Amino acid sequence: MHDSHPSPGGARPASHVSAVTPPTVQFITFMLGEGQYGVDIMAVREIKGWSETTAIPNAPRFINGVINLRGIIVPIMDLRARFGMESTAPTRMSVVIIINTGARTTGLLVDAVSDIISIAPDAIRPIPDMGAGARENLLGGLVALNERMVSLVSLEFLMSAEMAGTA
Amino acid sequence: MAKRAMTVDDSKTMRDMVAFTLRGAGFEVAQAEDGKQALTLLASTQVDVLITDLNMPVMDGVTLIRALRADPKWRALPILMLTTESDANKKAEGRSAGATGWLVKPFNPEKLIEVVNRVCG
Amino acid sequence: MSGNVFDHLKSTYFQECSELLDQVYTHLTALDDGDSDPDTVHGIFRGIHSIKGGGGAFGFDRMVAFAHVFETLLDLLRDGKVVLNKDLLGLLLRATDALSDLIAAERTGVPAAAGFETAVRAELDEAASLPSAPTPSAPVRSVAAQPASGQPGLYRIQLQPHETLFKNASEPLLLMRELRRLGPITVVADLARLPGLDALDPESAYIGWTIELTTDASAARIEEIFEFVNDQCDLTITPAGVSAVPELEPEPEEAAPTPVASAVAVATTKPDSPDARRAEQPAAAQTVRVDVEKVDRLVNLVGELVINQAMLVQLGATLPSDMCPGLITGLETLSQHLRELQEGVMAIRTQPVKSVFSRMPRLVRELSSQLGKEAKLFISGEGTEIDKTVIEQLADPLTHLLRNAIDHGIEQPSDRVAQGKPAQGRIHLAAEHRSGRIVIEVSDDGRGIDRARVLARARTRGLVEPDAQPSEEEIDNLIFLPGFSTAETVSNISGRGVGMDVVRRNIQALGGRVTVQARQGAGSRFLLSLPLTLAILDGMIVAVGRESYIVPLTNIVESLRPRRQDINAVVGSGDVVAIRGEYVPLLYLAKHFGVPDAVTDASHGIVVVVENEGTGQVGLVVDELLGQQQVVVKSLEANYGEVEGIGGATILGNGRVALILDIAGLRSASAPGRASRGETRRNSNGHAVAALQ
Repeated sequence: MHDSHPSPGGARPASHVSAVTPPTVQFITFMLGEGQYGVDIMAVREIKGWSETTAIPNAPRFINGVINLRGIIVPIMDLRARFGMESTAPTRMSVVIIINTGARTTGLLVDAVSDIISIAPDAIRPIPDMGAGARENLLGGLVALNERMVSLVSLEFLMSAEMAGTA
Repeated sequence: MAKRAMTVDDSKTMRDMVAFTLRGAGFEVAQAEDGKQALTLLASTQVDVLITDLNMPVMDGVTLIRALRADPKWRALPILMLTTESDANKKAEGRSAGATGWLVKPFNPEKLIEVVNRVCG
Repeated sequence: MSGNVFDHLKSTYFQECSELLDQVYTHLTALDDGDSDPDTVHGIFRGIHSIKGGGGAFGFDRMVAFAHVFETLLDLLRDGKVVLNKDLLGLLLRATDALSDLIAAERTGVPAAAGFETAVRAELDEAASLPSAPTPSAPVRSVAAQPASGQPGLYRIQLQPHETLFKNASEPLLLMRELRRLGPITVVADLARLPGLDALDPESAYIGWTIELTTDASAARIEEIFEFVNDQCDLTITPAGVSAVPELEPEPEEAAPTPVASAVAVATTKPDSPDARRAEQPAAAQTVRVDVEKVDRLVNLVGELVINQAMLVQLGATLPSDMCPGLITGLETLSQHLRELQEGVMAIRTQPVKSVFSRMPRLVRELSSQLGKEAKLFISGEGTEIDKTVIEQLADPLTHLLRNAIDHGIEQPSDRVAQGKPAQGRIHLAAEHRSGRIVIEVSDDGRGIDRARVLARARTRGLVEPDAQPSEEEIDNLIFLPGFSTAETVSNISGRGVGMDVVRRNIQALGGRVTVQARQGAGSRFLLSLPLTLAILDGMIVAVGRESYIVPLTNIVESLRPRRQDINAVVGSGDVVAIRGEYVPLLYLAKHFGVPDAVTDASHGIVVVVENEGTGQVGLVVDELLGQQQVVVKSLEANYGEVEGIGGATILGNGRVALILDIAGLRSASAPGRASRGETRRNSNGHAVAALQ
């Protein structure tokens, strides 16, 4: 069968033709500054432009606020801040990726969306042990794409943080 | 053209079960809660088979069967009674009032389809 | 069993059981009150009968077995073979209670304790002990011994219908078809009984048939085909040994439909006149069942309409007034219609409070017997309609209040008699609409509130200042304070001081209030006041910095712009404002919520005085009032979580989200002495954010 997706790093040699095409996983890739990240496409509900949020009192730094998404209230998570970097200053060009995790809907604030990629699951590399001082694993893996590294976001770690304001 | 059935029972669960089963066999199914409602609906609807419970408020099954058989329009309508084992007397009454056949509750869906086909082709 | 096929109907069944049980209880109460209408007993029978019928389909064997015994007794009762008396009525009540528990066990998947229904069942058996009805004799037909099934066999079937066959709309042609499905058949008609045309009754059956069927089905299977007609014909089924395929195979359609049969068919199957296809349904039913989700969707849509309309009004206001005069009036009309639509839709969501009240008599019965008290529950106003969302949350507080009434209110029968009261206590549960709200009352004729004891206890616990002189009503309402209980023995039913303050919190969470009035020695009266619905709120929009918040109108006492000299600082507590001689503490919302660029001097802003359930008043300092509006309450918790001081969110006419304040939460959050939040960090909006853990 004709292999139509870009050859991922660590892929099988081109001469190997498998009898059964292995299942691929699709990700939407986006930019945070210079870094490229990916999120499971199955969780993505829609992608929209930035609109002003309503702040929630005493929310964690990485919660920018909430927006009205066709009648439901959806919190916007500043991914940069969530990854421990400085807060994002959203502009008209910023993008919000709306994701569904279980019963919750959340918006991820990112700089720009790049592409949709298909990856064979065995092309995903685990996060290398960074030693002491490494942050909690917000990433589910790394994959090489056209010689660039794409960090795959682990939605379950992302959402497991304290979402509500401290009481 | 699809065949039409009517289920008459004061229990919505029972009506839904009959309707679900018969729809699966290609029937359109109308529902009525008691004999009186059934008669009212039948004044303006054609049905090919009627399945009725015997214990209902307002107008019970036996009375409904009698009323239907007295009307030339419905004299040849296949009528099935849904009975329970404690209903022996009512079942006999229904039979002599003109019911075509019967089925015991709780009913086996395949049996219902079989019996319905037997009485109305 | 067919359980798998019908699983999707289980919830319908359980809902139906709940309605049927309600009706049964209503009928039983009627009987208790002396009702002698035979239909009442019939109604009880039908209820249990229906529950049993449905239960069988899902394989709820234990419950069905019990229902069967119950039904047997009810059958005798409705036939007059058993006489109703007070003891029997008590048994019927207990049996209904037990059945209800068995159904609940099936619904929740938690089985009832083994043998819990055995005693009641035995009583039912005993009450019904009559010789069992003789089983109806099996119809007589002749069937010879059959060959082993599975081997193709030839059967000869003689079918001679009695004349009355058609009276049951039985159709021999259909029987032939079904026989043919079992194998090839030959049919020969026997016209011996066919009379001359002048003696012919088109609705009588005369023709008989001899059918030869080759099939490997069993004789039992063949008999089954005739199961409905075998008592109306002479039928013999004779196996004729293994045979070759018969030579002739005439199509049954040619042989079977006789002139008689088809004449009958034509006469009775011709459709009626054009009325047969009338479009409109006759108005037979008076109620329509609608899925809750459909109603909720409607409510949401109407809520969106309200928001859209507000947006349009706002846009319209930006136009020069002479530009499109029709637009403004059009929008006003739209607004009126929307309001009516909203009321109509909210009315769909309302339900009579009966659904919650109906469980209470049983509760009272059980608690009374457990505590050795005698109490009867009287209910009124159960038709009062409340929004579904509120109803569901009422069960717990009502249960608490009833427990309290029986446990602490109603005295022991001997004590009551000594006081000249009837031994049986009266508890009254009532609901009614009053000025746009629902008022529910739980009152009893028990011992009321011992004010001296309550006050002493409150003083001991530091809930009241030593030198304060609260009024009688204030003393009564002290029981709602947390940690309060005057029960000397902590009964394991009412618990240790857990009851009343939880009740108050529950009711407050619904946007309601609860108060008590008592007369010492004569009884207590609890009043619950609830909003008609949770989904829509009348609010005052206030501006704080660049943010908008909604203050629920029911909490607002007044708003004012204070003079500089009325604002004073109280050391260690914060600012207060003097209003007509009273000092009201101020809460600066900007500071509390970390909103930048807001008014900080209350005399340049507005103070909105709010209160919540006797916890005193607080003055919220805001920049300005933006207007009053009805808003649709949207959940913040669904996707985010709880925020103290915030009770939901809404979408304003400009499409932006505004947070709705929860006054009770604000009060506790702002209580002096709370630990400070540490260093203030700000996010990109400039808002203060919590320190990371």
